[in-house]
Amino acid sequence: MNEIPLTHILFVSTALFFIGMYGLFTRRNIITMLMSIELMLNSVNINFVAFNKYLFPDKLDGLFFSLFIITIAAAEAAVAIAIIINLYRSHQSIDVDDATEMKF
Amino acid sequence: MNTSAIIFYAIATLILGAALLAVTSLKIFRSAIWLLFSLVGIAALYFWMQVEFIAAIQIVVYVGGIVVLIIFSIFLTQQSGKEMAKPATGKIIFSALAALLGTAFTINLINHYGFNTLSALPFNSSVSEIGMQMLSTTSHGFILPFEVVSMLLLAAMVGCIVIAMKPTAANIVHLNNKED
Repeated sequence: MNEIPLTHILFVSTALFFIGMYGLFTRRNIITMLMSIELMLNSVNINFVAFNKYLFPDKLDGLFFSLFIITIAAAEAAVAIAIIINLYRSHQSIDVDDATEMKF
Repeated sequence: MNTSAIIFYAIATLILGAALLAVTSLKIFRSAIWLLFSLVGIAALYFWMQVEFIAAIQIVVYVGGIVVLIIFSIFLTQQSGKEMAKPATGKIIFSALAALLGTAFTINLINHYGFNTLSALPFNSSVSEIGMQMLSTTSHGFILPFEVVSMLLLAAMVGCIVIAMKPTAANIVHLNNKED
């Protein structure tokens, strides 16, 4: 446990965040973009828990932050999927390039 | 290199490999399954850090909830066996470049900062401790965000129902009348 420095956990979460960013940039399908966002949120959670455990072990604030992030991510995913179903009903497609009515 | 370190690097490889496949796979259903593996790997990382409660929440909410929701919406909206269009090569190159530069920059920053992890205090993340602090009203309690987030979940639930509801015939007539 103590042999792994905090920085290695931060490397993992950094790589995970940028993998999610890569997915968000390259994908054009809303569901896969949502999946990339979930990856990015998870990398933030890893950071919070790791900082809490390694730097401030007498407090629990990092754990609470990651708990609330998980809750908000669940609410966000539910609303996003309702929007996706509605979009599919009106456009027969969930490609972001097909929904351009409000594009300036 | 002891067992704990080996386990950590194995978990890290699982998380990053599965995440990479999740964002590059051209079949959307496979992409969702790779995301599932990545999230299970993250739960394993929490177990490795001995924060069992967060690990359990991760499995229940992400693996049991969000991924199932995503798979549902894949089945509702598209042919899951069909391959998605490949993104343009220029876009792949520039996105990969941006991601690699960002990773290199951040890793460089972390390396130079050097965190001093000297605190030898015991880390108590038992469920009872988390529950006591979550519902306490003292200065380090989290009762207010707890209540706010429960209102948020209620609002999200009502919002989902309203957004995804099929418009009834009466509503459509009403809307058409408005347009005229």
